[in-house]
Amino acid sequence: MTPDQAPARRLQTARTQATRTRTARTHTSRAQDTGQEHAGSVRAGEAAEAPAAGPERAARAAASAHDLAAARSLEPARVLDIDPLLDDPDTRIVVCCGSGGVGKTTTAAALGLRAAERGRKVVVLTIDPARRLAQSMGIDALDNTPRRVKGVDDTAGGELHAMMLDMKRTFDEIVEAHADRERAAAILGNPFYQSLSAGFAGTQEYMAMEKLGQLRAREEWDLIVVDTPPSRSALDFLDAPKRLGSFLDGKLIRVLLAPAKVGGRAGMKFLNVGMSMMTGALGKLLGGQLLQDVQTFVAAMDTMFGGFRTRADATYKLLQAPGTAFLVVAAPERDALREAAYFVERLAAERMPLAGLVLNRVHGSGAAQLSAERALAAAENLEDSRIVDQRDGKDSSRNSPETHGSSDSTGHPEGPAAASDEGSPAGGEDGGGQTGARAATMDQLSAGLLRLHAERMRLLSREQRTRDRFLALHPEVAVAEVAALPGDVHDLTGLREIGDRLAADAEPS
Amino acid sequence: MSRLQVVSGKGGTGKTTVAAALALALATEGKRTLLVEVEGRQGIAQLFETQALPYEERKIAVAPGGGEVFALAIDPELALLDYLQMFYKLGGAGRALKKLGAIDFATTIAPGLRDVLLTGKACEAVRRKDKHGRFAYDYVVMDAPPTGRITRFLNVNDEVAGLAKIGPIHNQAQAVMRVLKSSETAVHLVTLLEEMPVQETADGIAELRGARLPVGRIIVNMVRPTVLDQADLELAGTAPRTALAKSLSGAGLGGARRGGLAERLVDPLLQQAEEYAERYALEREQRAQLTELGLPLHELPLLAEGMDLAGLYHLAKELRQQGIS
Repeated sequence: MTPDQAPARRLQTARTQATRTRTARTHTSRAQDTGQEHAGSVRAGEAAEAPAAGPERAARAAASAHDLAAARSLEPARVLDIDPLLDDPDTRIVVCCGSGGVGKTTTAAALGLRAAERGRKVVVLTIDPARRLAQSMGIDALDNTPRRVKGVDDTAGGELHAMMLDMKRTFDEIVEAHADRERAAAILGNPFYQSLSAGFAGTQEYMAMEKLGQLRAREEWDLIVVDTPPSRSALDFLDAPKRLGSFLDGKLIRVLLAPAKVGGRAGMKFLNVGMSMMTGALGKLLGGQLLQDVQTFVAAMDTMFGGFRTRADATYKLLQAPGTAFLVVAAPERDALREAAYFVERLAAERMPLAGLVLNRVHGSGAAQLSAERALAAAENLEDSRIVDQRDGKDSSRNSPETHGSSDSTGHPEGPAAASDEGSPAGGEDGGGQTGARAATMDQLSAGLLRLHAERMRLLSREQRTRDRFLALHPEVAVAEVAALPGDVHDLTGLREIGDRLAADAEPS
Repeated sequence: MSRLQVVSGKGGTGKTTVAAALALALATEGKRTLLVEVEGRQGIAQLFETQALPYEERKIAVAPGGGEVFALAIDPELALLDYLQMFYKLGGAGRALKKLGAIDFATTIAPGLRDVLLTGKACEAVRRKDKHGRFAYDYVVMDAPPTGRITRFLNVNDEVAGLAKIGPIHNQAQAVMRVLKSSETAVHLVTLLEEMPVQETADGIAELRGARLPVGRIIVNMVRPTVLDQADLELAGTAPRTALAKSLSGAGLGGARRGGLAERLVDPLLQQAEEYAERYALEREQRAQLTELGLPLHELPLLAEGMDLAGLYHLAKELRQQGIS
């Protein structure tokens, strides 16, 4: 199902409008609380708020989120400008991270496509793409090699390659590359290895980082876009290299290797006793045969450990390097943004370069000037008046006053019976009863549209509150918002659309 | 009714919320449930608006009718030490193992050991009895890993039993597997009416069935209310804009003339209806696919004000009304 382009473009327009009115909206809802509505004062209010910094900002951060959402019109968020980031030849790696279900893979693919169509030679490393998205990119065959994606506009001289990570294959390749044939065969056939490589905690994260290191080392691409595994927690992919590295050359390994390595050396005797006790305990726990498998595995891998550690360290440094940009992906929902906040803090702690936050599936409205409350009130008016309308649908002609944005927010003095059929072009319909019935049907539809709008406006304000709360705590984070698409994305057209939306936020408004 | 209720679902579908609501629903009328978290995210504590849960069963909520919900965040490392102490009196050696990094190894890298400990702890809670011989908990609800990993997670004991062919781990793994594959257990999948979660649900069910794990129900979360029905949508596609403008104007929303406020609302409102129609069609299609899976299907509404504690009770009530407990 290809998303229909035409409504998508219209939505884009609506979205841009919504962006423009965003600040106004916050202000308006606040103004309504005090019974005043001065659209003209928005700019001034904004300007007054803007210089807030230093201690005031800290005080804000300390205040409860509820207070923040209620009592503040936010200074505009720093806008994450996607295109300069993608175009910059110094940007070599973009890492998309975030919790599950926020559109991380789609964002990575969309960024890759956009960069490619803007002239860069890009490879996208995805972990677990949706089947149809993978098919549309031609990477549904899991062969662990980048494939060139067809259908990409290459007029700017760029290319898009994509690959899906095969964790086990990546692990196997490392073994094959670093051990002689006999030893490699012994490792690959070891039941412990098979289990480890097929995907338990940490392996996927480690292999993703390993693959990233490999791709980077090949110097074949201008830009590598990486999707991160749907981790149990935010920490996993950052920890994986260190963790596996420290395991592989840690004390435990020496214990496991103990019988083979230190047995018999007099000076090691005391240590050795301790170690056999330990292996004894492990044997008791794991069952002798598993321990033996582990020992065989460890012995066979021994020569490779140094390599693992070195590469893990190298990958970690690569991630910290200036050519890397981390994008935290989230949706404007509480849990997703909480995870995002966690990522932001963690990346800072690890001195990893954060480029900004991509906020997916943000809703807008072309009619944001009409509040949920007013829309609902109007819908109720229409529904109440249906019976009246059916009786006499005609000629209560008058113009409704233009109340929007004016100081009148007290309601609609003309009341429900003011079915307008005044001399507009459609006024000359057929007579009496039928017109009444049509007007009633139309009122029913209008009421439905207004209720739909009210729902949209509520969603919008909820999203805004969640987003503002995040930004209050992390004002330093630049944000790119991506307007929600009504359907799912699983082809290049959809990805391109997402890319446009990603970049659209940066347009001056 | 199975006593171990495992709740999985694609990331972002709200499986923690559904697990919590289910625990509340099952606790109604004087029952005791234990809500177990296995992924160390402290999602339960956030949901119940309490402090981070320690590795300890503690009461976190009271259900209508005097029931109680307990919660436990299983920490694999502590679970392993616990386990060593319980079965082998390995307290000291356990600490030594920890120093060596063996515990870290066992709980983060060793194949499946971590998962064995997590499922093992949950199964222990299912089987535990008090001194009067009654079950300590009427139900244990597990907030499990996502759909993509659930089969492997639950089935890991089989794998471990194969890896460790003898010894206590082997026996433990087999005992856990007996619970997990019996009618004592039901695995529920949480989804949204969106393409990817539905696809993952279908795949997940096939995998669970392939591993002979008992599949329970499908719970569709965050279902949006029907605001416009099919007739409305058809009308919206054909309605004359002037008539709509007039109708809006009649509701007090400004002038219907060109450039009037009501007139200017028509386009964006119709635009929203168009988006709604697209989503409506998509959702209907997804719902049909879920129905084809032939499992009991439940729907939980999207809470307009977002998820909070009150919302959780609301969802629990909803689940009860739909006959889930």
